[in-house]
Amino acid sequence: MLAFLLTLMLLLGIVIVLAYAERKVAAFMQDRMGPTEAGPFGSLQSVLDVLKLLQKEDIVPAAADQKLFKLAPILIFAAVFAGFAVIPFTPDLIPAGIGIGVFYLLAIISLDVVGLLMAGWGSNNKYAMLGAMRSVAQIVSYEIPAGLAILSVVMICQSLDFQEISYQQGILLNRFPGLEFETNWLFGIEALGINTTNIGGITTWNIFRAPILLVAFVIYFIASLAESNRAPFDIPEAESELVAGFHVEYSGFRFAVLFLAEYSMMVLVSLVAVILFLGSWNTPLPNLTALKFANWTTGTVGELSGILWGGFWLLSKTFVLLFLQLQIRWTYPRLRVDQLMHLCWKVLTPVALGIVLLAGIWRLLMV
Amino acid sequence: MERSSVTRKTGFWEVVKSLLSGLQLTWRHFRNADKRRAPVPVMDDNYFNQPEGLVTLTYPYEAIPVPENGRYRLHNEIDDCIVCDLCAKICPVNCITIESVKATEEIGMTSDGTKKRLYAPVFDIDMAKCCYCGLCTTVCPTDCLTMTPVYDFAEVDIKNMIYHFTDLTPEKAEEKKQLLAKQQEEMAAAKAAALAARKQQG
Ligand code: SF4
Ligand code: SF4
Repeated sequence: MLAFLLTLMLLLGIVIVLAYAERKVAAFMQDRMGPTEAGPFGSLQSVLDVLKLLQKEDIVPAAADQKLFKLAPILIFAAVFAGFAVIPFTPDLIPAGIGIGVFYLLAIISLDVVGLLMAGWGSNNKYAMLGAMRSVAQIVSYEIPAGLAILSVVMICQSLDFQEISYQQGILLNRFPGLEFETNWLFGIEALGINTTNIGGITTWNIFRAPILLVAFVIYFIASLAESNRAPFDIPEAESELVAGFHVEYSGFRFAVLFLAEYSMMVLVSLVAVILFLGSWNTPLPNLTALKFANWTTGTVGELSGILWGGFWLLSKTFVLLFLQLQIRWTYPRLRVDQLMHLCWKVLTPVALGIVLLAGIWRLLMV
Repeated sequence: MERSSVTRKTGFWEVVKSLLSGLQLTWRHFRNADKRRAPVPVMDDNYFNQPEGLVTLTYPYEAIPVPENGRYRLHNEIDDCIVCDLCAKICPVNCITIESVKATEEIGMTSDGTKKRLYAPVFDIDMAKCCYCGLCTTVCPTDCLTMTPVYDFAEVDIKNMIYHFTDLTPEKAEEKKQLLAKQQEEMAAAKAAALAARKQQG
């Protein structure tokens, strides 16, 4: 219960910051100023937006399917929020440390699709219906390259546990029960003879441990943009053609929940990207002979310093990815439906399959 | 003129390059977001130039300097006005309304030494009609009608767009009118008396 509340608080905090950042970043990239009035530099804008939304009337269209319509936002948010249960925030802080976290995450966020379809169908509105159809088609399709990219990580790490994958990517490797006698080699290849177990930092991140995962990371990142309906894959809510897609009929609190779910999804996919590819809560600074940057910026596991450093690195890496998501949104035009499917099925999926194969071979070189 | 066709670049690396150049563009604008337009005066060479930075102006808090002699709101320095009616006559949209009352004695001098002989109980300019052509300011013999750098004078009630420049209160104006009428009466009486006297003589 405590984990639930803490995670929810953390998530709300991040989403509020993100919503503010989205407006400011968008404004700055377009040479505008963004919000300036509410609070210093408009920083209270998103808080006020939420307050405003909560005061709005909760309208349920007369012709809507009441049950589906009312249940959908809760289901969507619950599906996304459930994904946070297996995210390790620090070396010893994880809401629910289960051994098959990766599998669970993929399964639970697929439920999102059901909620989207319920919202679109229940609204009894052609824009909502089209938006939901596009959304579902897109998310289901992009789960394949994303899943394959994650699979290649799982093959390299030989684990479905997010926490174990995290430990593998830093100097704390041997602290994880079961990995006491493991070693990290540069690029994962023992034959090179450079032991990076105690160097840590960026050299033990997954994209460094097995450089092939760099490609997997790019694939995962593109697919995750599509899964969270972000530009340039935002055809489900294409403002200019569908008004707002599946949530066009929602107002007030329900809209706020959908909005929250959307931003939580962005945060979640970025967190997963950081954990699987970018060293999780591990520091990016390596130990260099006498300068023990990695040790200094890792803290002690189990103590406050470990929690603070871990949380700091995880969140700052996540925010870098989130910034990239925002920047991509304000840089690239939206893809057409057929281009979207082309990219998914004819480009990303075959490449991801190839990566899985190569990752398997790499793993053979690693042991 | 020779026309070169635009060749469409294809291929994986070209695509990557163009994607990256897009990101570079937005990144450059993001990085320049700390720069703003400087409030340079109109005489500055860069007045019409803003190479980078945010273009938004948070207007009520800040404003771009405008030329000192631009065509904005009119102002009449009524103390210098000789109520010659030239401005009302030249105005293409007839937005200046002047009523004049002759003074019984000399009122005073304008700052350029012209004698004032008329009161103006009404001197109204309807800024809502004015097209800011500036003709009235050029014909004004005493240069008392001028354009100011004020351009933000929107009103909720359109009646407030009529600016009253007269310095006489209605009572004062009435008094002056009566003075004039009295003087004219006296003059007429004097004239009549003189006429009668002449008739008697003749
Ligand atoms: S500026 Fe032009 S339109 Fe306005 S009052 Fe003067 S003459 Fe009339
Ligand atoms: S032209 Fe000038 S002096 Fe004559 S009435 Fe108009 S404002 Fe007064």
